[in-house]
Amino acid sequence: MQAQDNKAIDSLQFDEGNMVGGQYLTFMLAGEEYGIEILKVQEIKGWDKATPIPNTPDHLLGVLNLRGAVVPIIDLRRRFAFERAEYGPTTVVIVVKMAASDHERTIGLVVDAVADVYRLDDKEVQPPPELGSSVHADFVRGMATVEDKMVILLEVDTLVDFSTVDGVGSEAANNN
Amino acid sequence: MSIDSDMAEIAQIFIDESLEGIGIMESGLLNLEPGAADSETMNSIFRAAHSIKGGGATFGFTDISDFAHHVETLLDEMRQGQRDVTQAGVDLLLKSVDCLSDMISGVGDGAVDTTQAKVLQKQLEEMLETSGHSDANATAEATISDAPAPVLEETIGWHIDCVPSMDFFKSGSDPLNVFRELQLLCDAEISVQGVEQLDFSELNPEQCHLSWHIKLNDGIDKEVIDEVFSWVEDECELTFREIKAPTPPIEKAPLPVVDAVAPTENKAEEKIVEPVAQTKVSEPSKATEKPSKPAAKAAGSSQEGGSIRVNIDKVDALINLVGELVITQSMLSRFDRDFDFTQLHSLREGLTQLSRTTRELQESVMAIRMLPISFAFSRFPRLVRDTSNTLGKLVDLKVSGEGTEVDKTVLEKIGDPLVHLVRNSLDHGLESPEKRLAAGKPETGVLELNAFHEGGNIIIEVVDDGAGINKDRVLEKARERGLVAADETPSDDRINNLIFMAGFSTVETVSDLSGRGVGMDVVRRNISDLGGNVAVKSEMGVGSTFTITLPLTLAILDGQLVRVGDQSYIISLVSIIETIQCAADHVNAVVGQAEMFKLRDSYLPILRLHELFGIEADSSKIDDGLLVVVEANGQRLGIFVDDLLEQQQVVIKSLEANFRKTQGISGATILSDGNVALIVDVPGLMQLFFDKQKRIKEALVVA
Repeated sequence: MQAQDNKAIDSLQFDEGNMVGGQYLTFMLAGEEYGIEILKVQEIKGWDKATPIPNTPDHLLGVLNLRGAVVPIIDLRRRFAFERAEYGPTTVVIVVKMAASDHERTIGLVVDAVADVYRLDDKEVQPPPELGSSVHADFVRGMATVEDKMVILLEVDTLVDFSTVDGVGSEAANNN
Repeated sequence: MSIDSDMAEIAQIFIDESLEGIGIMESGLLNLEPGAADSETMNSIFRAAHSIKGGGATFGFTDISDFAHHVETLLDEMRQGQRDVTQAGVDLLLKSVDCLSDMISGVGDGAVDTTQAKVLQKQLEEMLETSGHSDANATAEATISDAPAPVLEETIGWHIDCVPSMDFFKSGSDPLNVFRELQLLCDAEISVQGVEQLDFSELNPEQCHLSWHIKLNDGIDKEVIDEVFSWVEDECELTFREIKAPTPPIEKAPLPVVDAVAPTENKAEEKIVEPVAQTKVSEPSKATEKPSKPAAKAAGSSQEGGSIRVNIDKVDALINLVGELVITQSMLSRFDRDFDFTQLHSLREGLTQLSRTTRELQESVMAIRMLPISFAFSRFPRLVRDTSNTLGKLVDLKVSGEGTEVDKTVLEKIGDPLVHLVRNSLDHGLESPEKRLAAGKPETGVLELNAFHEGGNIIIEVVDDGAGINKDRVLEKARERGLVAADETPSDDRINNLIFMAGFSTVETVSDLSGRGVGMDVVRRNISDLGGNVAVKSEMGVGSTFTITLPLTLAILDGQLVRVGDQSYIISLVSIIETIQCAADHVNAVVGQAEMFKLRDSYLPILRLHELFGIEADSSKIDDGLLVVVEANGQRLGIFVDDLLEQQQVVIKSLEANFRKTQGISGATILSDGNVALIVDVPGLMQLFFDKQKRIKEALVVA
């Protein structure tokens, strides 16, 4: 696939009914570039210490006050079981809206740094690779190549499953 | 019956108003003593039935209006004294009210079930045929909708005075249309009544300053005339006088049956002249006066997230406070431009005022959500009556403190637990008349429902003077189920509170009322979901008292901030008994595991918050920290924390909105520094603690 210079930040044209293409906000996580659908992003704010919630898995850093709303904060590095990094000046929280079964949830994702905004066409997005049954890849929406770099596009809605976020759940047990 | 989406909203108004009417009818019927019909009560019941009928017909719910019509007919006969108020009659009417209520609720779901209505309708008809003591034409005449039923033959015309309200035109009504319609019916002479002297400089042309006198030269049915006026009757005062052939028209409204005259007839007349407060529930023009009705019966419509009716006084108070707030704000904004230290005093004053206004504003806003508990209590007279009839017991229900205001959410959710408790008292608590007499008690048992405020909480008591809880049986049962160890001898209070455990029932036979042992634990769970608790005190042979303690509101909590390491947690003040500094030598480690400390004459377990929550504490030595003694579900323990911080009112923020329920945590709040602090859910925390203890114990046994 040919790389395209497609940093159409100010382009507000969206193809209706186009599920995969569209604008993506990308961010860096352990040297890789990941993208999430820009329409899911509510805001980006600087890293702030969260209030931890007891007996929850490691990747749930806690909750933050976002203008009166209590918002859970997920460390994506820990969510993907990457090695931990110190929170630095570029560390940000991307606040996203996530469709849950009954209502919309607002959550914050801690990432190393915000990278770019790309506009991707349908055909530029490839389906996620088969990783075998051992790897859970429900939250990978697809892959794209931009300027010879590979960008992994994430599915925000399935990124975090709160029903398994439980003090006695297996995930927590693995992390402890 | 399906409703147009455009109609849905109006239908909802109909439903709300009708359920309100149902409430009136029900409470009225319960107050009716057979044989002695109180005309005021009778009239209010009748009006409610009439409104439902009218509303049903207006919106095309003919099933409802037809059925309501039969109910109304029976009521009308009773009201007019043509039929004795009998127990059977009241029972049938109560059943019909239930049925009506179901049908009206069905409107909301789009399906009105008429099967029950048909059965009842038949019974109503049968009852109507067997005349109470009324004369023959009573039945026939009473079937006509409005009060002063048919016109006597000698009526040859009508005088109608029509005095519209000032805002008559604003509702889009046009008197001309009405008059034209009248003229179509018969020969009508219409004359404008003189306008009082008007000052043209102050004349508001949008107001109605005219009134009319209409003379109909034909003795047409009153019903027909009513129909013509039906759309404007809310906005004008109508007076009808009939013109009779032999005598000049001095008599008031037509007298249907001459011997059923005086008292009832006056009522009927009143009803017409009255600028209609009770009829035609659905007219949009009435919307404006709704708030002023003292917090009407919204109890029937328990849809969550629904609307709320607020007393206009509360809204006024709120507006006043907002006004004050604006003044304070402008006063404070002065300091923004030029400030020097000489003004420090007035700045302080302004801030004090701001905090006062904010507090009052907070209270007023909370007050809007507050409704009297009578909405929850209103169902009990009926329930007690029906249940005691089924059980063959004599029960006198005493209700006090119905005016106690509680949060709407609490009100909606407290109903079911209360029903459970009341049924429980009726079924298990109060004895049959024979047993009571044998025990030297009055034949009639007393069941009390009390509500009152106590120290920032609402207390609801369900008191009966029945047999009380049989402690031996409870203890025996508890041992059987392994809830209490065989060698343990728990305190009386502990035994009594065992009845709240799941699967606990000491009644040998399961009745359709209670006894399955699913009730009391549900009661307790529902109440703790509301942030309250329930306890029971009981004495054999004397009676039982169930006490429900509820927070005043669910949105704000009086909390104590405690510190563990670098984290602050909030513990509800309601659950804190005291806070003590405990010396290490007062602590015993039972089997090297569970720590207990001695508080006066009892031993309480220690819950180390830092261990349970997996956080770093300043110190794990008992001497260095504090023990917060808390109580929930009749159990006490000491929570070990590093320090106590301030007490403050905190606004509860849901964790579930963006996250999920977490055991031991009931919510979060935002502190003055902008950080989030978690609110400890004491019963949940205890559960978590005991579960953990149990696991440790089991692990030890396995090892």
